[in-house]
Amino acid sequence: MLTPGGLETTAGPLVRVPTRWTWRDYLGAMAMRWGIGRDRYTVPPGLYAVGTPGEASPLVATANYKLSFDHLRRALAGLDAWVMVLDTKGINVWCAAGKGTFGTEEVVRRLAAVAAGRAVKHSTLILPQLGGPGVSAHEVRRQSGFKVVYGPVRAADLPAFLRAGMRATPAMRRVTFTLRERLAVVPVEAVQRFVPALVTMLLFFLAAGIGRNGYRVAMEQWPSLAVAVWANFLAGVVLTPMLLPALPGRAFAVKGAAMGLLTGVALWWLGAYRPVEGAAVALLSIAVCSFLGLMFTGCTPYTSPSGVRREMPWALRLQIAGAVAGLALWFVARFV
Amino acid sequence: MKMQYLRNVVSLRLDSEKCIGCGRCLEVCPHGVFVLAKGKSRIVDRDACMECGACALNCPVDALDVESGVGCAVGLLNTALGREGTCCGEKRACCCSE
Ligand code: SF4
Ligand code: SF4
Repeated sequence: MLTPGGLETTAGPLVRVPTRWTWRDYLGAMAMRWGIGRDRYTVPPGLYAVGTPGEASPLVATANYKLSFDHLRRALAGLDAWVMVLDTKGINVWCAAGKGTFGTEEVVRRLAAVAAGRAVKHSTLILPQLGGPGVSAHEVRRQSGFKVVYGPVRAADLPAFLRAGMRATPAMRRVTFTLRERLAVVPVEAVQRFVPALVTMLLFFLAAGIGRNGYRVAMEQWPSLAVAVWANFLAGVVLTPMLLPALPGRAFAVKGAAMGLLTGVALWWLGAYRPVEGAAVALLSIAVCSFLGLMFTGCTPYTSPSGVRREMPWALRLQIAGAVAGLALWFVARFV
Repeated sequence: MKMQYLRNVVSLRLDSEKCIGCGRCLEVCPHGVFVLAKGKSRIVDRDACMECGACALNCPVDALDVESGVGCAVGLLNTALGREGTCCGEKRACCCSE
């Protein structure tokens, strides 16, 4: 990944990092998408050189999650800069800032550890804007003498930010949650929800044998049960995030419930269920998708804890009530 | 399309008396909650606030106050149940996908 040392700089010999991604980097980024091996995807904290930095070159900090580092070095292609990697225990900038590992203390400690004052003469440190929840800029200045400037939210905007004399446009300061960004969080969610969905399906297979017809008829129902479970998986884990802005309501439990209603109606219609069974499937779909919607609050960059605390109590109650009613109906349908 | 969460829930408070108009809160806020007018910061889009706490932590004169945290149902549920971890479990936290 890194070309080994040797670059003589004002800060001593440093590792110069390439700005182009190799196939390994792409492969790693892909693996991260699916949550594979995430615990080990790190870069050693310290100071790195991009291009041939000098005393006047910008000093930019990032987290030691390799994907954060990779996005930064790629954005700096063609520039001369210092990259200071903080020890955030392998966690990305935003989450680390929330936990405080991307924080004032680590910034100050790392500035001293890498002798940043020897590398640059300007005493300006560019932090990613999303590090803001963990860092107190004036405290960093007081403790280290370095003046903090918050760079853009996205590393890709750094060259434009630097060209503009370290000024960000309002758009560079905004967190977005575009379709692309929403889809990016889907795989990890899908991996996490897969086993619970599988277990749910197997439980329904087992329970299907209960009733006056026993397992002989249950076998015939398995395909439709499987379809119902995986349709809800698809709806709650993939479609809700995808269609998020288009779904009605502001509360995530409501958005999810709307998706569940759609799913339930579609299943009822396609499955040609008897009314009792159809109602059971619809109720269960609404409860499950509503719950998955509520869980999705953790993946968005705009839900406040106060908001989640507001919707969670009533949402959970209704979801449990819906699920219990749905299950009851489904068992009743075994006997009528 | 702009994403909007619940109305009138956010705990953000700005003490205009204390504000010196340095603009730091405008710089760190990822949701455009503030504007600078007549040498003071002003909240213009309160409902957009996600309570990340960046503005309050970076205000040099303590003019801002917010009960910060992560808006994640799993995390809040864990906390309510007395379990560790602010999000869905340290390193696998769902918000940590990027
Ligand atoms: S807490 Fe975060 S989102 Fe809310 S106003 Fe402050 S910086 Fe903006
Ligand atoms: S950071 Fe504080 S002092 Fe500076 S403009 Fe915002 S509220 Fe005012």
